[in-house]
Amino acid sequence: MKFIKLLLAATAIAAAACSAYAQEQFIPAIDYRVGPYAAGGSGFFGGAIDYMTLVNVNGGINGVKLIWEECETEYNATRGVECYERLKKAHGGMSLVEPLSTGIAYGLLDRVGQDKIPMTTLGYGRSDAADGRVFPYVFPLITSYWSQAAAMVKYLGEKAGGLDKLKGKKIVHLYHDSAFGKEPIPVFEAFAKQLGFELIKIPVAHPGLEQQAQWLQIRQANPDYVILWGWGVMNATALKSAQRNGFPREKILGVWWAGSEEDVIPAGAAAKGYTTMTFNTPGNYPLLDELKKKVYAAGKGNLEDKARIGTTYHMRGITAAILWTEAIRKAQEKYGKGKVMTSEQVRWGFENLNVDEARLKALGAVGMMPTVKTSCLDHEGSGATKVQQWDGAKWKAITPNWLTGDKAMIRKMVEESAAKYAAEKKIVPRDCAKEG
Amino acid sequence: MFYREAGQFKATYEEDSQIFPIRQDRIVFAFIMACAFLGVPLLASIGLISNYTFTAILTPFLIFSLAALGLNILTGYAGQLSLGTAAFMAVGAFASYNFMLRIDGMPILVAFILGGLCAAAVGIVFGLPSLRIRGFYLAAATLATQFFIVWCLTKVGWFTNYSSSGVISAQKIVILGYPFQSSMSKYLFVLAVVSVMALLAKNMVRSNIGRSWMAIRDMDMAAEVIGFRPVRTKLMAFAVSSFYCGIAGALFAYAYLGTVEPEGFNLDLSFRILFMVIIGGAGSILGSFLGAAFIVLLPIYLNVFLKFTEAATGIDLPSGLSSSVELMVFGSLIIFFLIVEPHGLARLWQIGKEKLRLWPFPH
Repeated sequence: MKFIKLLLAATAIAAAACSAYAQEQFIPAIDYRVGPYAAGGSGFFGGAIDYMTLVNVNGGINGVKLIWEECETEYNATRGVECYERLKKAHGGMSLVEPLSTGIAYGLLDRVGQDKIPMTTLGYGRSDAADGRVFPYVFPLITSYWSQAAAMVKYLGEKAGGLDKLKGKKIVHLYHDSAFGKEPIPVFEAFAKQLGFELIKIPVAHPGLEQQAQWLQIRQANPDYVILWGWGVMNATALKSAQRNGFPREKILGVWWAGSEEDVIPAGAAAKGYTTMTFNTPGNYPLLDELKKKVYAAGKGNLEDKARIGTTYHMRGITAAILWTEAIRKAQEKYGKGKVMTSEQVRWGFENLNVDEARLKALGAVGMMPTVKTSCLDHEGSGATKVQQWDGAKWKAITPNWLTGDKAMIRKMVEESAAKYAAEKKIVPRDCAKEG
Repeated sequence: MFYREAGQFKATYEEDSQIFPIRQDRIVFAFIMACAFLGVPLLASIGLISNYTFTAILTPFLIFSLAALGLNILTGYAGQLSLGTAAFMAVGAFASYNFMLRIDGMPILVAFILGGLCAAAVGIVFGLPSLRIRGFYLAAATLATQFFIVWCLTKVGWFTNYSSSGVISAQKIVILGYPFQSSMSKYLFVLAVVSVMALLAKNMVRSNIGRSWMAIRDMDMAAEVIGFRPVRTKLMAFAVSSFYCGIAGALFAYAYLGTVEPEGFNLDLSFRILFMVIIGGAGSILGSFLGAAFIVLLPIYLNVFLKFTEAATGIDLPSGLSSSVELMVFGSLIIFFLIVEPHGLARLWQIGKEKLRLWPFPH
């Protein structure tokens, strides 16, 4: 008798699980919480999971609950691909994927096209993937490296009192000697030619713990600005070496990977005054308050250290999750509200995203991130960034408005590079006029 | 009882010098090969093995086995410690890519072999220091390969066809008009390549050349006295090993990842392959496969197992804890195995076989 009861109970649970299953949208968290980049991974995916928890607490997306499953990659491409393959069909199929790792993103590039799953690469990855005709399944949302480089030039121009004032100035590009650090060089070179500033390229070998020679070179060149395109431990070392060489940190402008709390706190006082790019405005927002009240107060928060709420990486994760859920919401508007979307439908949502001021206001995140509007042609959707400064204790935005660089020039480069990729891979670009 | 070669007589030289002299071994080996070549596709066609198994488990396992095999030839058989495995893999991958890209109508297998030969050439150049230094000093010298190759591939745009992101996108694998696109066909392709190369390696180490490597490994002075030329032997070991690693790298790019960056072939990968050799068993072909299985598959199974226990018991561990637990368990297992059997899993297997011979009546 007991056995039958148990069996009945199990069947009931299974049935409940099945019915719940039908109303759940699955998003994988292919993350890294151990290893050298754990600080970034846990912050970013912590933020994304926190936001998804909040969406569920508020009733899901038109009643559709989000579910997620974590899979540890250790920032290793092989394990990332394994995680992707494992979770691809799980819980009714993944609706999108975001690896937050260049290596894994490259490993998935061909796969997402075959499996018809959209991949977001927020602020990293191939810049030319912004051309949606050649890369229908890849979305470098908000800002690619090239847009960011253009915005950097724009900011430095404004600081100098106009873009024409950059003529004759010296700008050092101090970069991590890898594909990542070399990516913006064509953009900087094009601007140097156009605006007439001198570009001095100085590579730093991975991991960048020793930069005496590079900073000696910088001291000799005496540049007007230093662009720090760094990664990991290299950033703190650069700041400390700058201090030792008496180079003002106010004149150093970092890429967004070099602009989190984890990058500046190890440098201590040497980081004070240092500026970086970001696609989030630091500060507090109604959304963060709601998160603290509804998620953390209920003990459902993902971060173990509550002090990390609202830090750079955490906010980036929230931003990513906002864009994911908005894409699903958009897809529901077209394919049926309150239904679970297939990955193909979510891809349409990503391509027709329109997160405007009004929508951000409804979310309680006005100013936290730029507005995003994508199309078949433009998978980036914004290109806007801000500049933030470290005051010794926290980040502070120093540009009141969102900065966008020379969009036309970047677009031209994106299209050229994408066309080259298409020719190499024998891809026929989509005709955007035919897309609905 | 079952594993006993009593009654199996070898009447010819051929029988005496075969790879598996014991009939039971031959049967097991034939069974494994049949499983790999026929059983797996059959089971997959009726849906018992998912796509995930090929693309995410079997294919990388085979590719890493091949890389470990390459390093095992150099470190396990010829005794030259190397930390440049990933660099040789990178040479293989990038060279094959360039041969495919720049020569019209280049057959992919020829491109792989040419890529492997390029890796072999690089291996010979960077193997030159081995003529003067050994042990840890040689390891440090091979470290230079690792950094130089990755730096060179990032620095010189020609290797990546001036791609702005510095990555290469592997071309499709097409042999005699048949495109290897599905995960199943890619698995079979990798399996075929790895089987042929493992067979070649096994025969190489059993022949004159393998014996010369082992002689050099055990005592190079003595080997020289009995007539092995150290220059040729050592450089040959570097060349063959790099060739194997180069092919593994090309497979890694073409049949597994698709798009790779030079940074993907970093020191971390070299170390992982070295650990495969150490754990699997230095100086054993089987050991390369066991080591690769241990390093590639165990973390995945631990991860799945922890997830499963969490779901089954209803305990929701704080996020991140299961990742750390996985790392700790994996680390302790490595230490455990090295204490129990410093000669690797292959040696454990051998001991097991000897025990099995006497079972169930030990003396």
